[in-house]
Amino acid sequence: MELKIPDLCLVVLVGASGSGKSTFARKHFLPTQVLSSDYFRGLVADDENDQSASAAAFDVLHYVASKRLEAGRVTVVDATNVQPQDRARLVEVARKANVLPVAIVLDTPTEVCLARNAQRPDRDFGAHVVKRHRAALRRSLKHLGKEGFKRVHVLRSESDVDNSTIVYERLLNDFRHETGPFDVFGDVHGCRAELEELLTELGYTLVRDDEGRAIDAVPPGERKAVFVGDLVDRGPDTPGVLRLVMGMVASGHAFSVRGNHEEKLVRAMRGHKVTVRHGLEKSLEQLAHESEEFRLAATRFCDSLVAHYVLDGGNLVVAHAGLPERYHGRASAKVRSFALYGDTTGETDAYGMPVRLPWANDYRGSAMVLYGHILVPEAEWINNTMCLETGVVFGGKLTALRYPEKELVSVKAHQVWYESDAPFPPKAVERAPDVLALTDVTGLRRIDTSLIGAVTIRAEQSASALEVMSRFAIDPHDLMYLPPTMAPVATSQRDDVLEHPEEAFAEYRSARVGQVICEEKHMGSRAVLLVRREGGAIYTRTGRAFFDGALGTELLDGVRAAAKPLFDEFATDWLLVDAELMPWNAKASGLIREQYAAVGAAANGALPVAVDALAAAAARGVDVADLLARTSQRASNAAAYSAAYERYCWPTDGLEGVRIAPFQLLAAEGRTFHDRSHLWHLETLGKLEGPLFQRTRHLVVDVNEPEQVAAGVKWWEALTAAGGEGMVVKPLANLGGRVQPGVKVRGREYLRIIYGPDYTSSENLSRLRKRSLGRKRGLALREYALGIEALERLVRGEPLWRVHECVFGVLALESEPVDPRL
Amino acid sequence: MTTTHQPATDLGHLLHKHPDRAQSFTTSSGVAHVFYPKATNEECTVALLLEVDPIALVRGPGSTLTQYVNDRPYAAGSLLTVALGSVFRTAMNGRSESYPELAATPIPLVIRIPALPHRLAARLFTPLGWTVETTGHGDSRFGDVTLTGTVKLSDALKHLYVLLPVLDGGKHYWVAADEVDKLLKAGDGWLAAHPDKELITTRYLARKRPLITSALERLADVDEVEPEELDNALAEPKISLAAQRKEAVIRALKEAGARRVLDLGCGGGALLRALVNEPEFTEIHGVDVSAKALQEAARKLHLDRMGDRQRERITLRQSALTYADPELAGYDAAVLMEVVEHVDPSRLPALEHSVFTVARPATVLVTTPNVEYNVLFETLPEGQMRHSDHRFEWTRQEFQEWATGIAERRGYAVRFVPIGPEDAERGAPTQMAVFSSGDVN
Repeated sequence: MELKIPDLCLVVLVGASGSGKSTFARKHFLPTQVLSSDYFRGLVADDENDQSASAAAFDVLHYVASKRLEAGRVTVVDATNVQPQDRARLVEVARKANVLPVAIVLDTPTEVCLARNAQRPDRDFGAHVVKRHRAALRRSLKHLGKEGFKRVHVLRSESDVDNSTIVYERLLNDFRHETGPFDVFGDVHGCRAELEELLTELGYTLVRDDEGRAIDAVPPGERKAVFVGDLVDRGPDTPGVLRLVMGMVASGHAFSVRGNHEEKLVRAMRGHKVTVRHGLEKSLEQLAHESEEFRLAATRFCDSLVAHYVLDGGNLVVAHAGLPERYHGRASAKVRSFALYGDTTGETDAYGMPVRLPWANDYRGSAMVLYGHILVPEAEWINNTMCLETGVVFGGKLTALRYPEKELVSVKAHQVWYESDAPFPPKAVERAPDVLALTDVTGLRRIDTSLIGAVTIRAEQSASALEVMSRFAIDPHDLMYLPPTMAPVATSQRDDVLEHPEEAFAEYRSARVGQVICEEKHMGSRAVLLVRREGGAIYTRTGRAFFDGALGTELLDGVRAAAKPLFDEFATDWLLVDAELMPWNAKASGLIREQYAAVGAAANGALPVAVDALAAAAARGVDVADLLARTSQRASNAAAYSAAYERYCWPTDGLEGVRIAPFQLLAAEGRTFHDRSHLWHLETLGKLEGPLFQRTRHLVVDVNEPEQVAAGVKWWEALTAAGGEGMVVKPLANLGGRVQPGVKVRGREYLRIIYGPDYTSSENLSRLRKRSLGRKRGLALREYALGIEALERLVRGEPLWRVHECVFGVLALESEPVDPRL
Repeated sequence: MTTTHQPATDLGHLLHKHPDRAQSFTTSSGVAHVFYPKATNEECTVALLLEVDPIALVRGPGSTLTQYVNDRPYAAGSLLTVALGSVFRTAMNGRSESYPELAATPIPLVIRIPALPHRLAARLFTPLGWTVETTGHGDSRFGDVTLTGTVKLSDALKHLYVLLPVLDGGKHYWVAADEVDKLLKAGDGWLAAHPDKELITTRYLARKRPLITSALERLADVDEVEPEELDNALAEPKISLAAQRKEAVIRALKEAGARRVLDLGCGGGALLRALVNEPEFTEIHGVDVSAKALQEAARKLHLDRMGDRQRERITLRQSALTYADPELAGYDAAVLMEVVEHVDPSRLPALEHSVFTVARPATVLVTTPNVEYNVLFETLPEGQMRHSDHRFEWTRQEFQEWATGIAERRGYAVRFVPIGPEDAERGAPTQMAVFSSGDVN
């Protein structure tokens, strides 16, 4: 016999000791799906038959069952379950996880149970136990349905047990195989004429009966219509809407979920006592003019509607009043009630309407949720959810969303069909825009990126970033991107330098990147410029505002004025630009004074005195020749060190002396540019004119052409000999994936600031060559991928938390302890 | 170090280092070289040069860039004095078998330290009989310092041994309890009488409070050096402002009948400790954005030693008020004591949402400085805020406008309570808003 069970359920086996439950479970289910009380007694007490451990064992069993069900896995409980209170707890576990409980009863005759137990030495507890189980089971049988089990299968004989097979059934709400494309319609409320107009507008062909009444609409192409419920009540022609939608559903052209108005209409039509208001009176009156046959069919239709659908492989959920992610594809009274009435607190507002909790603000699911029910002036996205009830019946409009295109199409109400109890059009719902939750950023996270797949952020990395982000960073609405770290080039084996361009060219050669661009590395502070037509932000690589107050505004105004041509070129209201801001001391003056200048002062104060003293001793004939030579070298290193950092500092007065070197256009409205060549970026950003901006010198090198490689090396040598920091080498075409997005090749003198004045001594260099780059390179790739992901999510119009998750991830990875000299 | 004592080359005997030889010693802080640039009967100069390996100086992950590029190899600080104590140990102890009398005699000495943080040099060396001359190196904290005086060699070495790290203000090694012994030994005979002995002790022991207390006690002096706390700068510091704030907060919580209390931005747990002592607070939930502050709070509350019943009252969690945190919902009251002024004004709406919509306790207490009062703090320079991390300090009117706006938007009533001594014109140093909602929790 076939035992039908939902493909997500809690299966409760019921049977006396020896009835064959474990054998049955083994035959039909995976070992991991079966939770046996014996096993859990063993886990907590080292003895599967220790009845004194039962309470603890069931605690753990229920806990594991809950976790499995929350994760959407079929779970089977193998215990006697002959007592109603034991089953009640399991039904509760199922309800909590919003899955259906199912009972399979093994009503095996007493003598068979006894005979089986007799063969097992560990079950010597006597016949009275089995008899007691059997008695309890017989008493239970007819109450199982009432106890809450959605299906009850009773296997009355050994042959029933042996010959049964489990057949899984889809849940009624499971339409994942329907992949669309769809047109999802908001609340129609009896507005047939507007519905017909909108269907036509969307390319549907109306089918009419002899009396000219629309009885179907044939969609264009493969499309299907989906209704969010509340087809009925309030409007002028509820029967007409039902006739049309019923026809579309019957011919497979549409689906509809149930709205609260259908729910109540069915109760009214079935003769239940209901308060006739909120437009129900209109439906009842209009239906009274219809045939008895139509009334019956309409009632049956409305009653057949399920409360929500999961469509398109789980990517789309339609429910009348919306649905939080934990309820998607689940079945319980709670889920149904949410889908019909929404997240209500039981309170009512000034107009007697239920107060609704803002579930959509908290929504973090990947599935798009479309719904109606709550009147909104305009359909708009809130965290990948959209309400389509734009109040056609109150004189607003009827709205449909094309999926997956995300295009809104609507038609205006032909007139006000029903006076709203509350003001219409409603005030825009006052909600804090895009509120970020702590759970959006804390804990272990896996962020999917288009470039390299999932990037893992560890909990302790998130914890360190939380402090920096919330104490120092600018408003997340402006913090759309953080720049990734960049790895240095592989360590050179030449005896006088640590970094050399040849390794950079070699790296890209072996990665089969033909052309690279060498860009002059400006020694300043990394700055991200978010320029809006009004407002914006200029922030550092940890998300801090660059200049406070008026100076920040002035700088932003300067950039905005220069960016005017780009606003026009990209038809955008904002631009996001990656840049370097100079001089170094503009932001880092404290660090330079306390740290870099202090080293220079101490070294240049101490070493010349030491050299003089040694020279005097040597003149006396004391043998200090080696020490003198070494110390003289250190003294000249110290002088070179001071010269190196001083080169990157110059006095500024307000914005006088401040310069910005933009090198990458990150994004504008609706688009990113990370797939454009770096030449394009430099050329485009070259349109920013004025004394504020500094161009980035660059050279394109084909790494397979020896002369070009040699020219690249020469270019770097000239750059660094003139005091430059060095250069960055990037694949010209701006590739992603596993290739480093860029490597820096820093100059020999510049590196004194990083590795100390004396790093160039051969002894020190040979030790420093052992530096390990692996971690830094890994971080550079992951941070780059997160940055691009943030931009892509941003331009796709995804909710703030989705963008912020990536930006926060970059900061979290930056908390990783790596050698800061790299 | 130069002497003009005659014959000057006796310096070599006192130091046990021959004037005609250059000697090298491996010490824990690097290789120390001793040589004599000048050695005549009239004048003898000994030089101590410490070569520090800058690359070996810093090890281990978590180092910041500033630890690598470092003034330590050049500055006269604890690295140098460790070498000094090791190379000239016998001389520093004042022992000399061949020249016991000379060792016990003050001799004319000139000591040149070419890279020393010099701000306090004159103040600390002058009371010991030195004339101090300094040439600064640019606008850095370093200078070329020359000490001139007639001092016993062993005392001169002890002065250097103690005062160079004190001037430098940091130790390159972990300051352990035996530092107290080292300090007392090297300070024998001069430190107890030094007018700046507290400053010297504090800085030598790298500001480790228990050690400082122990050292000062052992110097037969029980005066404690209070940390520079602004509250002490109050005109009438009868009870510290911090204590008054805690008292006012707890009083307001009790008036509101709160049992389950949130301390938002609990920091090191100053308020938490006061709350724990009040049994009517059955649940105390402290959050802070800093994991380090929470560790400190746990340590100060002695959570690990607390009985189960007590322990169950307390929750400490990392959270940020700029993010909505549903775990904070369902409490009777929330306290934001001296918190809002650490939040950028642009992030205050996010904080408002977290506290008044997401957590939404029946009572919210917010305290913040009253900037009008600042001029009454004698030690606070005009226009400066009370703490370097304060993003703003509000007048009473600014605070009241902000709080009233929240109350209107979020459905609370608000009243204002002054905390601390009230000035007729400028109000109290701290202002508190008490928000209460009509909601039944």
